Amino acid sequence: MPASSPTRRTLLGASLGLLARAGRLAAAERALLNASYDPTRELYREVNPAFIAHWQAKTGDRLVINQSHGGSGAQARAVLEGLQADVVTLALAADIDALAKRGLIAPDWQARLPDNAAPYTSTIVFLVRSGNPKHIRDWPDLVRSGVTAITPNPKTSGGARWNFLAALAWAQRQPGASPASAEDFMRELFRHVPVLDTGARGATNSFAQRGLGDVLIGWENEAWLVRKQFGADAYDIVYPSLSMLAEPPVAVVDKVVDRKGTRGPATAYLEFLYTPQAQTIVGKHFYRPRDPAIAARYAARFPALPMVTIRDFGGWQAAQARYFADGGLFDRIFTPGR
Amino acid sequence: MTVRVGRSALPGLPLTLAVTSTWVTLIVLIPLAALALRPWSLGPVGVWQAISGPRVVAALRLSFGAATLAAAINVPLGLLVAWVMVRYRFPGRRLADSLIDMPLALPTAVAGIALTALFAPQGWIGSLLAPLGVKVAYTPLGILVALVFVSLPFVVRTLEPVVMDLPADAEEAAATLGATRAQVLWRVLLPALAPALLAGFGAALARGLGEYGSVIFIAGNMPMISEIAPLLIVIRLEQLDYAGAAALALVMLLASCVLLLLLNLLQGRMRSHAP
Repeated sequence: MPASSPTRRTLLGASLGLLARAGRLAAAERALLNASYDPTRELYREVNPAFIAHWQAKTGDRLVINQSHGGSGAQARAVLEGLQADVVTLALAADIDALAKRGLIAPDWQARLPDNAAPYTSTIVFLVRSGNPKHIRDWPDLVRSGVTAITPNPKTSGGARWNFLAALAWAQRQPGASPASAEDFMRELFRHVPVLDTGARGATNSFAQRGLGDVLIGWENEAWLVRKQFGADAYDIVYPSLSMLAEPPVAVVDKVVDRKGTRGPATAYLEFLYTPQAQTIVGKHFYRPRDPAIAARYAARFPALPMVTIRDFGGWQAAQARYFADGGLFDRIFTPGR
Repeated sequence: MTVRVGRSALPGLPLTLAVTSTWVTLIVLIPLAALALRPWSLGPVGVWQAISGPRVVAALRLSFGAATLAAAINVPLGLLVAWVMVRYRFPGRRLADSLIDMPLALPTAVAGIALTALFAPQGWIGSLLAPLGVKVAYTPLGILVALVFVSLPFVVRTLEPVVMDLPADAEEAAATLGATRAQVLWRVLLPALAPALLAGFGAALARGLGEYGSVIFIAGNMPMISEIAPLLIVIRLEQLDYAGAAALALVMLLASCVLLLLLNLLQGRMRSHAP
C-alpha cells in the first residue's frame, strides 16, 4: 500500500505551517464587509473610519471595512446567493428575516441588539418644490386633481414599502375608515403616480433631476440629503399628520462570520452604532438617533410627529403577505375590476 | 483511387464538431436547461398561475408588441442606412459608420438615462413634444424609442454585406430593359434583400425582447401599462420567488424560440425561391 512517504509528510506539515502563519498574519488585518442599502452610503463612509480607529485602540488589530450598496432586497438576495457579507444593514426587517428563514442568520437576530436591532430610525416625509406651490400638507392632498406624486415600486424597493404603509396607516385611521376605503385611497394615490422607479434613489432622481411630480414621498434622511445637494432653497420638507417610524435594522450574518472567524469585530461593529460617537454621526447624516441625549441635540432637525410602527401592521411577515406579495393589496390596486 | 464514404471532405471535422458541441452545451444548453427545470417546483398549477395573471399577460404583450414594432420600424430605416453607407461616399462616412455601432457599445443603462433625459417633459425633445400633447418618457412610447435605439445596429449590420454583394449590373440590366425605378426596387432589389431583411428583423426582435437596462429608465414601469416582462422577472427575484421568475423567463424563452425558428424557416424558404 503506498502510504505517504516521510518526506511527503514533512512537506505537507511545512506547507500547513506556512499556511497557518499566513493565516495569523491575515488575522492582524481583517476585513469586514457591510452589505447595506442605497441611502446609507454617506453614513457608513463616516462611521467606518470611526469604528476602525475605535477597534484598533481597543484590540490593536487593524480592520478594513468594505461597503456594498444596492436596493435592500437585492442586497439580501446577494447575501443569500453567497455574497460574503459579515453584517447586513438593510432598509427593513423583512429582508433580514428572509436571510434568517434560510438559515444564514439566527432566528432571534432582532433581539440580539437593543431597539429591535435598529440603531437609527427615520420616517416618511414629503419633499415638495420650493414654496410648496401645490399646497401639499398631508396625505389627502396627494390625491387632489392635478397633483402627481413620486414613489418607487414597493415590489422592488424597501423604502417604497415604508411609503406605502405610511399612506395606508393614514387611510386606515380616518373617521369611518374600512379596509375597502383604505384600498380605495391607495388605488387613488397610485393613480397620481406617473412613474414607478425600482429604487428610492431612482425616484429621487426622477423628482429632482427629471423634474417629475409635485411631491416625492420618501425617507426623511433622503429628503434632507436632496436639500443638501440641490440647495435648501430648491425644496421644502413637509411632515404629514401621520407617518411611519421606519426602523432600518442591522444584523451579523452568522454563517459568514463563523466561517471567516470575524464574529468578534462584526458584533463590536454593530454595537458601536449605538455609542454616542456613532449616534452623533447618525444624526449628522439625517437619520434619527436612538440615544435620547444625542437625539435631543438634533431635535430642531427632526420634528416630533405621530408615527405608527410595523408592529401596528402585525410585523413584516403579515404586512408582506397582505400588501406586497403576489395578489396582495399593491397588485390589486393595479388590476382593473378586482 | 479509393473514395472513403461517410467522411466529410472538411479536415478536422470530428474535432471541431466536438469542441463546438461541448461549447454550445456548456454556455447555452446547460443554463437554459437549468432555467427550464426551475419553475416546476411550483407544480403545474403553480406554474400556470405564475404566467397567466392579468399583469403578466399585459407585461408579455407589451414586451413582444414593443419589440416587434421596434424591429418593424428598424427594417426600412436600417435598410436606408445600410444602403447609404454602402452605395455612397460622402465626407464623414467613417464617422457615421462607427456611430451606428454606438448603441452596441454603450452600457444600456447609460442609453436609457440619456434617452429619458431627452424625452422627459423637461428634456430637450420632451419639452418640444409636451405642447403637442405627446408624452414619450414614462409611457409605452418611450419603451419603443429605447428599443428602436438599441436594435438599429443589428438591422444595419445584417444588411450591409448583402447590399454590398448586390450586383449593380442587375439593376442596370433591369433599367435597360425598361423597368422604372420603382420596378427595380420592387422586382429586383427587395426580393434579393428579403432574406436579409427578415434576418435583421429577427435579430432586432431578439434584442428588443431581452432588453432591460435602457427600458427600465424610460418606461415608467407602471403595472398593466408600461411594465415589461423582464422587469416582472426582476420583481419576482426581489421577492425571492425564483421559481415564479423562472416560469416567466421560460415563457419568454419558448416564445422567442418559436418566433426565431419561424423567422429562420421563412428565411430559408425565401433563399431557396430566390431568383
